[in-house]
Amino acid sequence: MGTVRRHAFIECSADEVWGLVGDPARLHEWFPITSTRVEGKKRWIDLPSGLCFEEDIVTLDHDLRRFQYSIVNNPIVKSHLGTVDVIPDGPSRCVVVYSTDLDPEVMALMIAGAAGAGLERLQEIFGSGEPGKGDGR
Amino acid sequence: MGRKILFITTDQQRYDALGCNGGRIARTPVLDALATNGINYRRALPQSVVCMPSRSTMITGQHVATHGVWMNGVPLPEEAPSVATTLRDAGYATALIGKAHFEPFLDPFLRFTENQLGTSGDFSKIVDGHVHRGFDHMESASHGGMGNFHYARWLMQNHPEAIGMYYRVLDMSLQVNSAGGGDTGGPQVHDNPIPRDWYHTDWVAERTMAWLDSLPADADWFCWMSFPDPHHPWDPPASEKHRVNWRDLDLPEGYPADRARREALLDDKPRHWRMWYEGEFVSNFEAPASWVPKTLTDDQVREINALTHIENELIDEAIGRVLARISARGWADDLDVVYTTDHGELQGDFGLMFKGPYHTDSLMRLPLIWRPAPSSGVSAADVSTPVGLVSLASTFCHIAGLPEPDYVESSRLPTSDAEARGLGHERVLTEWDSVLFGKIVRLRTITRDNWVATACLPGSVHDGTEGELYDLGSDPLQQKNLWSDPAHRATRDDLLADMWDSLPEASRPSVTWQATRRQCDAPV
Repeated sequence: MGTVRRHAFIECSADEVWGLVGDPARLHEWFPITSTRVEGKKRWIDLPSGLCFEEDIVTLDHDLRRFQYSIVNNPIVKSHLGTVDVIPDGPSRCVVVYSTDLDPEVMALMIAGAAGAGLERLQEIFGSGEPGKGDGR
Repeated sequence: MGRKILFITTDQQRYDALGCNGGRIARTPVLDALATNGINYRRALPQSVVCMPSRSTMITGQHVATHGVWMNGVPLPEEAPSVATTLRDAGYATALIGKAHFEPFLDPFLRFTENQLGTSGDFSKIVDGHVHRGFDHMESASHGGMGNFHYARWLMQNHPEAIGMYYRVLDMSLQVNSAGGGDTGGPQVHDNPIPRDWYHTDWVAERTMAWLDSLPADADWFCWMSFPDPHHPWDPPASEKHRVNWRDLDLPEGYPADRARREALLDDKPRHWRMWYEGEFVSNFEAPASWVPKTLTDDQVREINALTHIENELIDEAIGRVLARISARGWADDLDVVYTTDHGELQGDFGLMFKGPYHTDSLMRLPLIWRPAPSSGVSAADVSTPVGLVSLASTFCHIAGLPEPDYVESSRLPTSDAEARGLGHERVLTEWDSVLFGKIVRLRTITRDNWVATACLPGSVHDGTEGELYDLGSDPLQQKNLWSDPAHRATRDDLLADMWDSLPEASRPSVTWQATRRQCDAPV
């Protein structure tokens, strides 16, 4: 099992950021994928390489501002839990934390890389200056 | 018209692979002739012993800590300097054909330009207003028939039946495959029925010639021809296996046949050596995670060496064809050829294979030949002064008649030992950093005055007190570690002081490294 984590501070309220991050159908607006489809507790995402990931939505907690999902029915992925937290840091600042636990562990690094790009995109969308940097574990 | 530059690299090739460097098995007459007529560097070293950091040093002329690609999987920033850009700005046509690897290979989100080009079939892309990496033409290949590479695309379009002929480099866990094959069951050994014409070595040469054919006669050009071999998997075309019978080979000098002797050598080194040998500590992705070096047999060492020699012969012959084409174009007199590799291969030394945090000649002593253009009048020479791949970028600019770029961290390669000191060539620095799900190994190495000293920085298995010190003159196989020998304490301390004075500031141990280093986005 590989466990990785990326985070980024965003100069915007947690509620506003959660408005985007907390909508599972809008993932393609900030994550490096081409399209998103949601049906109930299921989500499908299309990657630029042509791959499609089927996902179960595990948690969508608007009070905690936590989204969790799991890649399923995938020939490579044995187990996976992705967690995105939007945590307020005062009234007009927040930190977005993207955590991935994945077997095989190698794939966790690639998800983390994409998450890093996604966090940078969130900073662009919400007008923050600092590029997204986490500690990568 | 100016001088043309053919920059040839292989991947994971040892110094002793070539006849001109003492190799006795592979026949490498083309490279031997280049060495005879050019400058053969007897102590050339990389700044990292894995692909992405080392290749990033080649193109930027910078040490690892400066360009920031500290480990495979860390992409070279798009805005990093590139000697290809400098040459292109000066009017050179530029190409890279073969293995690039400045950006991660495993890229399902297709985030990286190299992979985008390989997938689309395009040969260049404008990124942020600049031609990506400064190459008019990038045409990529790697170690097999799959992936986001032009070669894989060509194979799919023309010979799809050949894709499955190659060894599968990764297993179903996306780890480096440990499955064995051939006659001995050696890891990453495979019988490959692919016709030689379709093999990536010949493809790289063919595509290089095609690009050269596209240029006008009066063009100045810089072409990086980058062969993926002899990097594992060891699966050359089966039609060529007759060249070297593994059963005829002696065991390598660095591989004592006696197991107890091998293990005693490992125990004389910092603990990560023996821990990997036992399968207790896999610190990096560059070797199969599930393979235990202790299981390596004498015959597996022989077979892997034989296949490596075959791959080296194919490379030499491919280079010969490209040089003949260049001559036919009338460019021979103005052609500079620079030949090297990104790092070495353990190839049985100390009972180990592949690569990792092991800073001995197996991985650090590289073939490096510069055959200056005959029209330049530069004399042939052997250079024994240590030099680094960090000097390549400034060398290419020198050949092109350009001033040394302000972004490089080393002057050009010397043309003689007499010239070396004046150019500041005295020491070479090599770095290793790996962080793999909490397993941390960090090494800093200096090579100078026929000594090599490596400090193990604090990490998962080192407390900062361990290291290696070898006298390359009396111990060419680095089998006697003098790190803790009081008689050599002064030498060790002097080397380490020089190393810390000479390394870029960013390479020093720092509490901020974890927070400031570039992110690793893939295993490779």
